[in-house]
Amino acid sequence: MHEIGIANSVLDASVAECARRSGVKLTRIGVRIGVLAGVDIEALRFAFEALTKDTELEQVGIEIQSCPRRNRCLDCEEEFVSELYTEPCPKCASEHVILTGGEELDLAFIEVEEP
Amino acid sequence: MTVIPMERKVLSENQRIAISLRKRFAEKGILCLNLISSPGSGKTMLLEKTLAGLPPEERVAVLTGDLQTENDAKRLAQYGFPVQQITTGGVCHLDGSMVERSLERWSLDDIDLLIIENVGNLVCPSSYDLGEEAKIVLLSVTEGEDKPLKYPSIFAKSELLILTKMDLLPYVPFNLEQARANAQSVHPGMEMIEVSAMTGAGMDAWREWLVRRRELILSRSTRA
Repeated sequence: MHEIGIANSVLDASVAECARRSGVKLTRIGVRIGVLAGVDIEALRFAFEALTKDTELEQVGIEIQSCPRRNRCLDCEEEFVSELYTEPCPKCASEHVILTGGEELDLAFIEVEEP
Repeated sequence: MTVIPMERKVLSENQRIAISLRKRFAEKGILCLNLISSPGSGKTMLLEKTLAGLPPEERVAVLTGDLQTENDAKRLAQYGFPVQQITTGGVCHLDGSMVERSLERWSLDDIDLLIIENVGNLVCPSSYDLGEEAKIVLLSVTEGEDKPLKYPSIFAKSELLILTKMDLLPYVPFNLEQARANAQSVHPGMEMIEVSAMTGAGMDAWREWLVRRRELILSRSTRA
């Protein structure tokens, strides 16, 4: 529901980075969104579209990488990907499992055209 | 074409504010709690009964967030403790800057317990750190017992689950055992309290939880 705000922050940070490198033209933005980040990827795409329509950013490509929930077993150190919620370790069945990924809400990279 | 790695959190500005708030709370020995639930799960009612049961010398303050209206602040203000409404004007969550701005109107030296009642929403508030010591999620028995599975992020991030409106349990098809199991599956070891703010049942367990967490903060600040 706050995807507009998130898209806005991403665009602001990308434009600011370009402004520090005179003459470059922003062509692509890459973001990483974890399944636990509370962000709907379709809504985020829509937000980018809505915010850039009829602006100089309209042609900027948005690349959204979805990141799964990753876990580590505290007993046998097994690393594994699971559904949204905690699952026991697939190797040793231990329930001592901690979250190691899935909450990403990151601006990963921007791509620019040099002058 | 040149690719420039950015590798930064989209919410880094909020994170920066949250870290600064957390530091200020720690310096002043303030226990800050962030209450989150769907709309209508009973956050305001729980707070009303909590405030009503506190002695007047208790140094507690409440920030309450909503999209519109000052209704919750009015409900909460009648207990004599400082209350501020944050109206987000359509934004679906509170963020660090809203909390920071509201706190400018209070002296943190006068507060031991700061309760933030977030906007009713199980999704967005989970992404915004407000500098709190703990998030608390409420789930009422008039909702579905599968909410922890549908909204795992907030149940995973909250330290305490308060099951509310327990007095209505005989009249609704809510499966309490299943709700508990669902919460434990997304957050193994999650603390759970069952309350009815209406009848007062379970309120002692909630008050004891608050006292325990206050003591934890105090022991930390005396050690420091």
